[in-house]
Amino acid sequence: MGAFLLRRIFQGMLVVLGVTLVVFVATRMVGDPAKVMLPLSATDAQRAAFNHQMGLDRPLGAQFITFVGDLSTLDFGDSLWQRRPAIQIVFERLPNTLALIGLGLGLAVTLSLPLGALAALRPGGVADRVVVFGGLFGLSLPQFWLGLLMIMFFAVTLKILPTSGVGGPSHYILPAVTLAIPSLARLMMLVRSSVIDELNQQYVRTARAKGMRFHTILFGHALRNALVPFLTLAGWEFISALAGYTVVVETVFAWPGLGLTAMKAIERSDLFLLQAIVFTVAIMIVIVNILLDVLYKLIDPRIKLA
Amino acid sequence: MTEMDMMSEAALLEIDRLCVEFDTRGGVVHGLRGVDLSVRRGETLAIVGESGSGKSVTAQAVMGLIDVPGRIASGDIRWKGQSMLSREGLAMAQDIRGKDVALIFQDPMTSLNPLMTIGAQIGEVLRRHLGLSKIQARTRTEELLGAVGISAPRRRVDQYPHELSGGMRQRVMIAMAIACEPQLLIADEPTTALDVTIQAQVLELLAGLQETLRLSVILITHDLGVVAGLCHRVAVMYAGKIIETGLADDVFERPSHPYTQGLIRSTPRLDDQMERLIAIEGSPPSLLAPPTGCAFSPRCPLSEPKCAEQPPLVAVHAGASAACWHPATPAWREAPALAEAVS
Repeated sequence: MGAFLLRRIFQGMLVVLGVTLVVFVATRMVGDPAKVMLPLSATDAQRAAFNHQMGLDRPLGAQFITFVGDLSTLDFGDSLWQRRPAIQIVFERLPNTLALIGLGLGLAVTLSLPLGALAALRPGGVADRVVVFGGLFGLSLPQFWLGLLMIMFFAVTLKILPTSGVGGPSHYILPAVTLAIPSLARLMMLVRSSVIDELNQQYVRTARAKGMRFHTILFGHALRNALVPFLTLAGWEFISALAGYTVVVETVFAWPGLGLTAMKAIERSDLFLLQAIVFTVAIMIVIVNILLDVLYKLIDPRIKLA
Repeated sequence: MTEMDMMSEAALLEIDRLCVEFDTRGGVVHGLRGVDLSVRRGETLAIVGESGSGKSVTAQAVMGLIDVPGRIASGDIRWKGQSMLSREGLAMAQDIRGKDVALIFQDPMTSLNPLMTIGAQIGEVLRRHLGLSKIQARTRTEELLGAVGISAPRRRVDQYPHELSGGMRQRVMIAMAIACEPQLLIADEPTTALDVTIQAQVLELLAGLQETLRLSVILITHDLGVVAGLCHRVAVMYAGKIIETGLADDVFERPSHPYTQGLIRSTPRLDDQMERLIAIEGSPPSLLAPPTGCAFSPRCPLSEPKCAEQPPLVAVHAGASAACWHPATPAWREAPALAEAVS
């Protein structure tokens, strides 16, 4: 396990290096940063001055070395929009996004397992129909619309929850639930179909022939085997949320998270801030992937860690 | 008669006119059509027959493994005289299965949970039925693995099924089945999925265990050679019914039912000079609409109009009964040395 972790961390660093290169190339070579960042009315002299100030007139190789050097101290340059270090903004916003993802996906993961398993006990039964209908419903709702409906109902009509923004614990409820619902629907449907599959496996018949009690068969045998595909999807949910999927929820609820910040950075052509965000998200994704691999190994001994 | 004899005479398991049906899109499949069987203490009973004849369904019915779309339509299964299908019997059956009656499945490759160590899988039976602690269960599991001929049991308990060969896994299945010292072991084609060399070892192990544990065994197989070597009694199944039953030696020496004769006739012999295998012409009837009369009559050389009526299972001679209107008549012209064929 130790050697595996070291290897994965090394591989992760390679991935981060690759991302660095792409970010570097994307910001410097695809179009002219000065044109993107300065107003249209800027003169050629102003652009040249900007390029010189940012070091963009030096040879690419030299720029890359400086870029990597700055990265190692997490220096992404100053945000043009807020006039302060970009990484500072990222660190301010990241916890908000992580809390939202943690709550939302935590909710989806904890509810999907019992609901999916309940549906799988009797395919075609009442519980199954309710779960499948609810699942399809949750999958088909556009998230922004769902968010707006929830604001209208809980915040405007009932006035029991705040409409948007951050504050006390009650501010978390609507964004987290809105983020959770599509994930919950997907995960629940997956748990349902994999538990149905597992309950029909030969080893379940063995367990029944051994006289094992039903809850042992369901929890000890079938559900545990169903966790392997579940983990794959849950990991994907987490990564896609990190990689910007939260932006819809953050926009609807004016949630000061990374997604909303990234949107603003794009709107304001703030390349340095965008760089910092992309880089941070990439590192987070690498970390999540390593954790997922470890979890896989813990659940399924057949998986070789290589 | 001493008390011991009385005990050994009483039937451990009785199956009484058992009918199992499966609801399919095409209609109701009559998997079992009135099966009568009984197993006494210490006895080895073989159930033979081709695929689809109802051998495995019989075993599954005893183990309570008939699932939707299947159901037990009528008949009874009794354990020491107590019905396992009645309302009170169901609870009792839950505690008997895995403890007093155990099943070994055909395919050891898929019959073990891939995510649990074999120690945990054997241990859970011990904890469920005997209430052992984790540590006690582990010690006992190591003993059991040793008893079924697995070397280095201390190391093996912590291994997962994918780390074991097919033969090893079947030994683990056997260890699991004998964990609570059952009185009846049902082995559903226990060697079909194994290499020929391993087959003999596994059968030897079963025979040895039967002797040391004084087990009753129901061996489900289509290998007549296995039956002749291991079993006291044999029941031949065809199309969901038992068509011949009796002492193994009698049935093989003097098969009464034409189907049994055909089965023995088609068993290949090592010293055979013939180039082609002998088969019984035709195929078994569809159990969607089973014939009212003898199900074998379309394939039977002795078939006559009377066969449209179901023959009862009656004693043909001291050792055996058969369900045939003209039992003990040679159905095929050449007379193969039947006893030799299976020995």
